[in-house]
Amino acid sequence: MAQVTLNAVRKIYPNGVEALEPCSFTINDGELAVLVGPSGCGKSTLLRMVAGLEEISEGDLSIGDRIVNDVDPADRNIAMVFQNYALYPHMSVAQNMGYGLKNRGMSKAEIRAKVREASDMLNLTEFLDRRPSQLSGGQRQRVAMGRAIVREPDLFLFDEPLSNLDAKLRNQMRIEIRALQRRLATTAMYVTHDQIEAMTMADRIIVLNDGKIEQIGTPNEIYEHPASTFVASFMGAPPMNLLQGIAGGGKVTLGSDQDVLHTGTEGNDGPVQAGIRPEDVWPDPQGDLAFDVDIIEELGALRLLHGRVAGQDFSVAVPKDKEATTGLMQLSVKPGAVHLFDADTGRRL
Amino acid sequence: MKRAAFGHIGFPILLLIPQIAIIGIFFYWPAGYAVHSSFFLQDPFGFTSTYVGMDNYTRLATSSNYLDAAKFTLIFTILVTFFALAIALLLAVKADKVIRGAKSYRTLLMWVYAIAPPVAGLMGVMLFDQSRGNITQLLGMMGIEYRLGVNYWDTASAMISVSIWKQIPVNFIFFLSGLQAIPRSVREAAMIDNRSGTARFWDITFPLLAPTGFFLLIINITYSLFDTFGIVDTIVKSEPGNNPMTLVYRVFVDGFRGGDLGGSSAQSVVLMVLVLVLTIVQFRFLERRIHYT
Amino acid sequence: MADITETGVQTATATNTATNTATAAAPTRPKKRIKWETVGDHAVLIAGALLMLVPVYMILASSTHEDILIHREGLQFFFGDDGLENYNAALFEYGGFTNSVNGVTMLVNSMILGFGFAIGKIVVGMMAAYAIVYFRLRFATFAFWMIFTTLLLPLEVRILPSYEVIQQMNLANTYTGLILPLIASATATFFFRQFFRSIPEELVEAARIDGAGPVKFFIDILVPLSRTMIAAMFIIMFVFGWNQYLWPTLITTDESLFTLVRGIRQIMQAYADGSSTPEYGEAAALAIIAMTPPVLIVIFFQNWFVKGLTESDK
Repeated sequence: MAQVTLNAVRKIYPNGVEALEPCSFTINDGELAVLVGPSGCGKSTLLRMVAGLEEISEGDLSIGDRIVNDVDPADRNIAMVFQNYALYPHMSVAQNMGYGLKNRGMSKAEIRAKVREASDMLNLTEFLDRRPSQLSGGQRQRVAMGRAIVREPDLFLFDEPLSNLDAKLRNQMRIEIRALQRRLATTAMYVTHDQIEAMTMADRIIVLNDGKIEQIGTPNEIYEHPASTFVASFMGAPPMNLLQGIAGGGKVTLGSDQDVLHTGTEGNDGPVQAGIRPEDVWPDPQGDLAFDVDIIEELGALRLLHGRVAGQDFSVAVPKDKEATTGLMQLSVKPGAVHLFDADTGRRL
Repeated sequence: MKRAAFGHIGFPILLLIPQIAIIGIFFYWPAGYAVHSSFFLQDPFGFTSTYVGMDNYTRLATSSNYLDAAKFTLIFTILVTFFALAIALLLAVKADKVIRGAKSYRTLLMWVYAIAPPVAGLMGVMLFDQSRGNITQLLGMMGIEYRLGVNYWDTASAMISVSIWKQIPVNFIFFLSGLQAIPRSVREAAMIDNRSGTARFWDITFPLLAPTGFFLLIINITYSLFDTFGIVDTIVKSEPGNNPMTLVYRVFVDGFRGGDLGGSSAQSVVLMVLVLVLTIVQFRFLERRIHYT
Repeated sequence: MADITETGVQTATATNTATNTATAAAPTRPKKRIKWETVGDHAVLIAGALLMLVPVYMILASSTHEDILIHREGLQFFFGDDGLENYNAALFEYGGFTNSVNGVTMLVNSMILGFGFAIGKIVVGMMAAYAIVYFRLRFATFAFWMIFTTLLLPLEVRILPSYEVIQQMNLANTYTGLILPLIASATATFFFRQFFRSIPEELVEAARIDGAGPVKFFIDILVPLSRTMIAAMFIIMFVFGWNQYLWPTLITTDESLFTLVRGIRQIMQAYADGSSTPEYGEAAALAIIAMTPPVLIVIFFQNWFVKGLTESDK
């Protein structure tokens, strides 16, 4: 068990490309931190630097109270679960799980006991003699987990471990991984591009974009107070609506004078981007926002109405029992649900 | 190189030493030696050698023997490459189509790969023999007089036939695996778009096989140039005389029979340049293919 | 069990009826014809197979006949009675100028050349490919080009200087001199390089986290993973080594080092002399002995062999 601290950790490739701007944060003991962002944002690079698979160009990385910049991956006492599982195809499940222990010089009996314990935990006992190729995707995923668990590491690293599974299995494994990590109380870093995974699993989320950290916070903080338009539109499904407008006197004017959003807060006068989550507005004949609906998308429990407000793209989520038709309607906005962002930088105001 | 490559220095060098040593001693040294001696003229006993500049090369360019061999090699290469590829392609297309016995046909058509060129040449000699060869007798019945080892083009045709026969299996294996690599969905799409099997072959299958074909083209050219040595040597019964000869055979004859180190080396250098050009063409092509896929 | 089968049959019949009804209902439907196209395909393939098979069959049949019969009539189509004698002579009768070589000696030499070449090439090639793919080497690109320049320059091109070099090193008429120069090309290295590159990156990463260093990774992971590739390479290289002709011809003048394929040349020279009736039967038998091991290997391990051959193209 350990906490992980990054101090201005930076990655520059030999060709001069800066893959990661200096990053500083601490992951507390026993915490599960999710690194989320679009592909190419640097989240995997960051994880691989923590693993020791990628060199750290600048800054210090410590696991526990030890700076590990120059420590070999095998000596960092970490365990990693890979996207494609990276199981050794020629070894049985038991050999796969025990290989790391064997390399540490552990006795055969001890290895067997540990593998047994982990396989019981993961319902893998009956598959111990099989080869990875004889297992289903979910089972392989579990073996990869088992390989990580038997090492009793200070830190778990997950690199998009669920992206090769189908949707149903993914939901199930999400819960299992989370439960397992809680139970073992091992610090974990988890990389994903799936914002739902991030929201549901994380103690804390680190949102990365284009090689820099956009925001660090609990899922609730990220959802309620996105630090930038990027976070606002990346986290949450359907994504937050962003409208261009001019702020002044506690309201935002969109296009013409008729289309006005009431923010309830003074200041920040000038051009802004106003963000509203689709679930924070609802159809209301008395509402003051005119919405022209083009398409209705049925999602089962929800219905998404896509159209325009003041000539800008806008979406509204309504419960399935509410009637909806295309054409003009009026909307009401939940008080205090309007997020304001700088028109140029996109940072929260 | 893998992105998580090992950072060690000494160990990989240790791993590379055998390979580098072997190619250094047995590849670069002889190659350099060939280039060097191609500029010298040795006396027949090998005691002295004098620098003669480009003389060995100009001698080649004016030697009618050498030019004849070059001309023959060109014709030989074109014929062997074309027929070995065409016959193999036909067989591969058919083998890919049939369902029953596909595996047996594959075995029957590829096993000749394992026969050594001189063994194939020996069979050729026996079949094409001037007096008792079975094929000679067959041709005789059709009123064709066939004289292996006497008539230049009769000897050439035996060399060419045996060389084609020996090369069909390799081409067949590559074409078949190339055909099998064409995705099922592409074939099915083509079936819906085009009724005629022949048209489908030329419009869809053939272009998709082009990478394999190009690779094989280079392979067949190098085969014709070098690997046919055993066939040529057995068919002329190690007594070249006035028989047709390929360039590689000429290097051997001039170097080992004629004792002309300089001239033979110059021929080697010419062949090296030829092969290097082929290599570069192939690498260019391979690179493009890697980007393509 | 019987019930189930019966139900199955019934279902099948029911389906058939349904199809028949559908056929009857459809306005026009071409009758099922003999597929002439398929017959044609088979005819072409059979012709091709015969083209490959017949010449070798004739050698095989002739290897069981007397020399004089072949001398008079050419290769035979049917088996004769002199097989034992011919094969006995080919295998055990000493020949050559020095009377120091027989078929068995040549067979052993061919085996040594085939195995020595294949094993040497695979070991050297795997090591070099491992160094190139899995290590961060400053001169990796240089090593790569230095090794891969050898790819398409076959020994035949530099035959005379290679011979001179071997002479200077006093390696003529040794197995070392026979085998090492043949190994001096990068086909196996290139092949293993391509294969190693296709192995997922994560495997080496997982192994590093599991505490495996370069030696352990090579022995525990990479070699077991390459088993099929090694087998494929082995077959190709064995056949290639076994079938070498020009180099053994030059480098072995000592008859006790002759290989079977090299022995063919002796036969041809006797043939060319024309002084006496050549020993056709024995020659045919020797040809059969020379081709049997590689042919059997290629046939029995054809899946590996085909895989190995076609993978190298990628």
